[in-house]
Amino acid sequence: MIRMLFLAAALLAALGGQMAQAVEPSERLADPALEARARALSRDLRCLVCQNQSIDESNADLAHDLRVLLRQRLVAGDSDQQVLDYIAARYGMFVLLDPPFEPVTYLLWLTPPLLVLGAGAFLVMQSRRRRVERSLPGLTEDERARAALILGDSG
Amino acid sequence: MLVEIGHFALVLALLVALVQGTVPLIGAAARSRPLMDLARTAALLQFGLVALAFAIFMHAHTISDFSVRNVFENSNTAKPMLYKVTGVWGSHEGSMMLWVLMLTLFGGLVAALGRSLPASLRARTLAIQGLLGFGTLAFIIGTSNPFARLIPAPVDGRDLNPLLQDPGLAFHPPFLYFGYVGFSITYSFAIAALIERRIGAAWARWVRPWALTAWCGLTIGIALGSWWAYYVLGWGGWWYWDPVENASFMPWLLGTALLHSAAVVEKRESLQRWTVLLAILTFGMSLIGTFLVRSGVLTSVHAFAVDPTRGVFILVLIALVIGGGLVLYALRAPGLEAGSPFAPVSREGALVLNNLLLCAGMATVFLGTFYPLFAEVWSGMKLSVGPQYFDATFVPILAPAVVAMVIAPVLAWRRGRLAATLRRLAPAAIAAVLAPATLFAFDRTAPPAVLAGIALAAWAMLGVLADLADRSGLAKQPLDAVWRRLRHLPHGTWGYSIAHFGVGVLIAGIVVSTAWRSERIETVRPGDTVQIAGRTLRFVGVTEGDIANYHAQRAQIVVERPGSTPITMYPERRYYPVAHSQTTNTAITTNGFGDLYLALGDPDGQGGWVLRAYYNPLVPWIWFGAILAAMGGLVALSERRLRVRVPVARTPAVTVSAGAADPR
Repeated sequence: MIRMLFLAAALLAALGGQMAQAVEPSERLADPALEARARALSRDLRCLVCQNQSIDESNADLAHDLRVLLRQRLVAGDSDQQVLDYIAARYGMFVLLDPPFEPVTYLLWLTPPLLVLGAGAFLVMQSRRRRVERSLPGLTEDERARAALILGDSG
Repeated sequence: MLVEIGHFALVLALLVALVQGTVPLIGAAARSRPLMDLARTAALLQFGLVALAFAIFMHAHTISDFSVRNVFENSNTAKPMLYKVTGVWGSHEGSMMLWVLMLTLFGGLVAALGRSLPASLRARTLAIQGLLGFGTLAFIIGTSNPFARLIPAPVDGRDLNPLLQDPGLAFHPPFLYFGYVGFSITYSFAIAALIERRIGAAWARWVRPWALTAWCGLTIGIALGSWWAYYVLGWGGWWYWDPVENASFMPWLLGTALLHSAAVVEKRESLQRWTVLLAILTFGMSLIGTFLVRSGVLTSVHAFAVDPTRGVFILVLIALVIGGGLVLYALRAPGLEAGSPFAPVSREGALVLNNLLLCAGMATVFLGTFYPLFAEVWSGMKLSVGPQYFDATFVPILAPAVVAMVIAPVLAWRRGRLAATLRRLAPAAIAAVLAPATLFAFDRTAPPAVLAGIALAAWAMLGVLADLADRSGLAKQPLDAVWRRLRHLPHGTWGYSIAHFGVGVLIAGIVVSTAWRSERIETVRPGDTVQIAGRTLRFVGVTEGDIANYHAQRAQIVVERPGSTPITMYPERRYYPVAHSQTTNTAITTNGFGDLYLALGDPDGQGGWVLRAYYNPLVPWIWFGAILAAMGGLVALSERRLRVRVPVARTPAVTVSAGAADPR
């Protein structure tokens, strides 16, 4: 047990010691337009070893490697989509923070608009029903209370 | 010995909870006053026992008693006293203790303050609260015992995660849990009302202060958490749509809906069923949030499988609480009185619209949070749902809710006139057009979404002011009459006005800080300067030293701005040797309209350091807005308390008007 603890501690120290920081000056591209594209893209890519961070925010080594890789692809002339496809092909869909519209995500992307439509339909139906109720020769609330009294008495 | 007493108190509390959860229910059914009154004694006793156990647990932390496993795993003799105390809730066991402390606190408060409640409703509410306490205590004692011993006791402990050794995070959990768990009492009230088959204005009047109290706590808790993320994570983000954040945001969204629909029940005796359903689901979301954070299921389904006892236990608890509540709801709701009717264009109508949008927003957050998990289970595919998804779905759903938020209070109950209402809000509408137009004139590159956000913020803030001006007769009355009217507006009106204004402030902060933030990341050597947002940052150098339980590297940076005195800022990196981890301590100066945010990065090995500098315009408004919202809640609450007290003086009248509540 104690030995395991030491091992874990040593491992953590090794990881912690080599921590790089998010987006380092040395990684940056000279061309500002290309660098801006790189920054935008790195917000769409997940740091695979972190908990829910993009590679733009993360200081893990893997995030650094991915930032360098995506800049290499941009310099090589890839379009934004090509870079994303290139990295997703190697690291899986898990790496994409902005989930693409594919069969596995249909439910994810279609539910919110359906919810809003459903809520709208509910409101329209409610107001229709109310209108029908109102169009009947209704009683005022006082009359209804009196009717209830009378009916209750006779029943 | 003390630790064993704490353990014993916890077990005793479990037994008391069992009594509290059963006997009063029987008493209420049999109309036996003594059995019903047992609920009060039991609730107070249960709170007392849990508080005792909690105090002993905290004591073990403060004296660094490493023979207690939890203290060994989460503390260290070198840790500052503040974090020895707040480290109590830094671990799983400790946070569950805090959870049950809050749960029994709310039960105890209802027992102590709820004298005006009908005896049977009070007994049933406290009984349900007792059952919730029983479930949680069984979970703690069965799977997460904070008093587990470690023999022989180690010499020193492993220290708390350094990220948690921070004032912002030290006080974030108590507020958050106060809110989270506060909704347990509205749940208990809802279940008790379903058992009694009676929900009306009186019920809503009793429930609203509790819902409001919990909501304020949750609002402050979430704001503290996001503020912590902002200054600790070192690059100025404040909301990540992380599952842990979503876990607290989902009950907040439903709790907000609950507050508003309970107002309709109280004022208009309408939406009773819907309100009860919301009360059940809000607490359900609190439980799901706890499950999410505490089971490890969010990192991966596999993490859940490694230690399934805790996860399965909470899952069963959730199934019982939500499932049981919904079954009872399905059985009893159709028998509840139908509410009074209202036209689609009315204050009720606008509140229904807002409720639906808040719920749709909540469902979207829920889907985005759990979708990776579902997808992995049914397709074996790992995918991510990042902030991009929530920006694209949640934001458009909630934007119309903000538009309606301003209109609703101006509309009349039952049947409103839209044209007249909009005329009253004309100044706000004009501002909502002028503000983005002016900005666009200055910055032609501003994207449409940013302009829409600015319009929304202006609409919310000016709309509230226009409403207040209208209510006080501004421009129609002499100023002293306006002042008198303003002073005599009900606290409820002030409450929602302050809170809604806060929402506008919050939106302005979010939009402006996202759209116009500037950033410089440079490697600097002593004497180098960096320009950002009209300021010159001169890097003086880095000093190192050992402080308390960490090693610090502290940079000195002089900030010069034409026309003002230079200031010095000290961004820092800390290394915690016991926990083997590194943290960034940012330096932030603010003038209320923008933050200069500095973080120290790595040395390059040749005397240079990476410096990250950000200027975040209007970012403090995000937290100002959240605090205003919570303050609005407190202002509204200040009136409630007065009103709740009034019936105490004439208790008989209340019990009679509440129907067959008096058991004798």
